[in-house]
Amino acid sequence: MDTETPRKIPPPPRKPLPPPPGGVVQPAVPAADPTPAPEPKSPIHIHLRDLHKSFGPKHVLNGLNLEVPRGESVVIIGGSGTGKSVMLKCILGILVPDQGSILVDDKETVGQSARAREAMLRHFGMLFQGAALFDSLSVWQNVAFGLIQGRKMRRDEAKDIAFTKLAQVGLGPEVGELSPAELSGGMQKRVGLARAIAADPDVIFFDEPTTGLDPIMADVINDLIVKCVKEIGATAVSITHDMASARKIADKIAMIYKGEIIWEGPADEVDNSGNDHVQQFINGSAEGPIQMEVLKP
Amino acid sequence: MCAEIGRLAIFTRNSVWHCFAPPIYLRLILQQMLRIGYNSLPVVGLTAFFTGGVLALQIYIGGTRFNAESLVSSIVALGITRELGPVLAGLMVAGRVSAAIAAELGTMRVTEQIDALVTLSTNPFKYLVAPRIIAAVLCLPLLVAVADTIGIMGGWIVGVKSLDFNSSVYIKNTVDFLEFGDIFSGLVKSAVFGFIIALMGCYHGYNSGGGAQGVGKATTNAVVSASILILAANYALTSLLFTT
Repeated sequence: MDTETPRKIPPPPRKPLPPPPGGVVQPAVPAADPTPAPEPKSPIHIHLRDLHKSFGPKHVLNGLNLEVPRGESVVIIGGSGTGKSVMLKCILGILVPDQGSILVDDKETVGQSARAREAMLRHFGMLFQGAALFDSLSVWQNVAFGLIQGRKMRRDEAKDIAFTKLAQVGLGPEVGELSPAELSGGMQKRVGLARAIAADPDVIFFDEPTTGLDPIMADVINDLIVKCVKEIGATAVSITHDMASARKIADKIAMIYKGEIIWEGPADEVDNSGNDHVQQFINGSAEGPIQMEVLKP
Repeated sequence: MCAEIGRLAIFTRNSVWHCFAPPIYLRLILQQMLRIGYNSLPVVGLTAFFTGGVLALQIYIGGTRFNAESLVSSIVALGITRELGPVLAGLMVAGRVSAAIAAELGTMRVTEQIDALVTLSTNPFKYLVAPRIIAAVLCLPLLVAVADTIGIMGGWIVGVKSLDFNSSVYIKNTVDFLEFGDIFSGLVKSAVFGFIIALMGCYHGYNSGGGAQGVGKATTNAVVSASILILAANYALTSLLFTT
């Protein structure tokens, strides 16, 4: 909140070159465009290959492979402790995988420098399970945080954007001045969503966006996620246990089990996946191939 | 144990680096100076006052055994400025500030606020750790300067009111006997103590385990390790630098 560096002013447009001495007119040759054409972006935005991650003797990710197509919403489903959050943290660089590769826009991100990671994360947004709002800052400062700190935007400009984003998630300007502790769980989630979309990121992660909310508020959050992702045209990766949420926000669903993707396909095919693990999970049945490690009396 | 020392060494290196590498968050440093320095004034002042008083009493009682009562003012001043001021202020601030820093950062860790900082392209070392370390290193010498003054004043009050010393003679003895090096050595030590206090609070909070128990453990570890390191550093600094 302390750097108030103004935005860089773009350089003025180049003046055309003066005519050559003697007035000789050069043949009209189409001038080469000084700015190179942007490289066509890969249709696969995020590509995880053979990802492994262990904590001591516990292997959480066991050769996970996943492709996230650009502009699509991919939902990862799976039980608790199957590696969903670890996978997300590996992509964000919060955890370092033991083995494997993570390509974002065809660039390897495993082992990249802290500066390169910071630059990459400027194009990312994340909605945390518990919203993870900074309780020492007001609501609008939370929403504007990435703009001021990450993008060095002026404070007043960032404040305007923060209030616009709060309005986008259905929160009035009076909420902006409150402290996060004064908000209900659903409002905190919405502020978290406003913070995630504040910088119009290319990729947004949602970590169990509806956990802990009542069914109506959960549906409100799902609608907002769909609306916001569509509006900014971002690629979305969500992890959830909530099948209603998954069905609503996903273009593609992948199921993770024991640190591996065991099934993936279009969201409308999840009910006919032909995979026993997926069927057991979406039906919420205790009987099936997935056995919980619960001691029976 | 070796792994823990290695982790602490890497954390210390990162912390020191981010104290000097821009951007420096001036507003956050000032905010922390207020919390670490200004808000610690009452506890440090009271500690110094009673320590100065009790020192005067003890030295008087000991001094009467070999007719050295007149040394009370000088020894109180020396004891406070060289040892008791910095060490007791350091220990009191360690209890208050290390615990607060560890609890705050620990809670931020378990509620994923530190992860959120990373996803918002903000380095937690720069935003959370560096301002606390800079503020503690700057504030502890100021706090100790205040503690020295109040401690000597405590000794003077006890000396004049309870032990029937002449006020002006007591003050003259204090001023005549005290050297700049006595005060300076205490201030240098206190800057090191400030670094230890903030570093231990940040290290244990930043690496806090999950849940309330994890944060509680981080808080306890921060206070215990900061206190032990202060006492160890005090001995090392005194024996290496200030014995002359």
